[in-house]
Amino acid sequence: MAVKIEKRSGCVIATLDGDIDHHTAKNIRESIDSEVEKTKPKILKLDFNKVNFMDSSGIGLIMGRYKLMKLLNGDLELINVSQRIGKIMRLSGIYKLKKY
Amino acid sequence: MKIINEMRLVFPSKSLNESFARTTIASFISCLDPTISELADIKTAVSEAVTNSIVHAYKETVGSIYISSQIYENGKITIKIKDKGSGIEDVKKAMEPLFTTGGEERAGLGFAVMQSFMDKIKVISKIGKGTTVTMEKTIIPRVKLNK
Repeated sequence: MAVKIEKRSGCVIATLDGDIDHHTAKNIRESIDSEVEKTKPKILKLDFNKVNFMDSSGIGLIMGRYKLMKLLNGDLELINVSQRIGKIMRLSGIYKLKKY
Repeated sequence: MKIINEMRLVFPSKSLNESFARTTIASFISCLDPTISELADIKTAVSEAVTNSIVHAYKETVGSIYISSQIYENGKITIKIKDKGSGIEDVKKAMEPLFTTGGEERAGLGFAVMQSFMDKIKVISKIGKGTTVTMEKTIIPRVKLNK
């Protein structure tokens, strides 16, 4: 699993690449949080285009980043969510937090 | 119903083995030619059960996780994931969506995912002895199975 972090006009975009599980979530979380806490963006975008697999550890990761962005009065956006990963997102109810 | 193939796997409760466990099961059931969606469901359920053993059962230690799986003639797959860890005090409560003892970053959805992505799930647990999760899913074989 690799995370590419980019900054673009008030936005932090984290492109996730590979599998998201309990093993990989820690590194992803640390990479994203260190950038977000440093730059305090208005919007954090998580890009799932290159994610092959995600279990409920990914839901914990999203919920944690959602809370962090709320603390910073910012927003979280999930982009390029495939049907496969969308299934666990729908089950978790995170779409109810915000309409993506 | 006749078993056409079976396997057993034992590995230490290290988090890097979460991916090993789910990809091994995916490879084992590939003879049924599952759809991408069926494969993703089974991989996710296995990942959840193994993660529970790592995060909860063997919280402060490393122990063995035992997986056994059978494929039946009609396309039924059974997967048993067992640990000899701390056990679950209240299985019914642990299976409620969003219930977790795993801290802030755990969603508490492991059992909800297993229930939703598999046809059947049974959990047997005893404090101090461990937990066994047995799951079932039938996939209609799209290829003739070579017995």
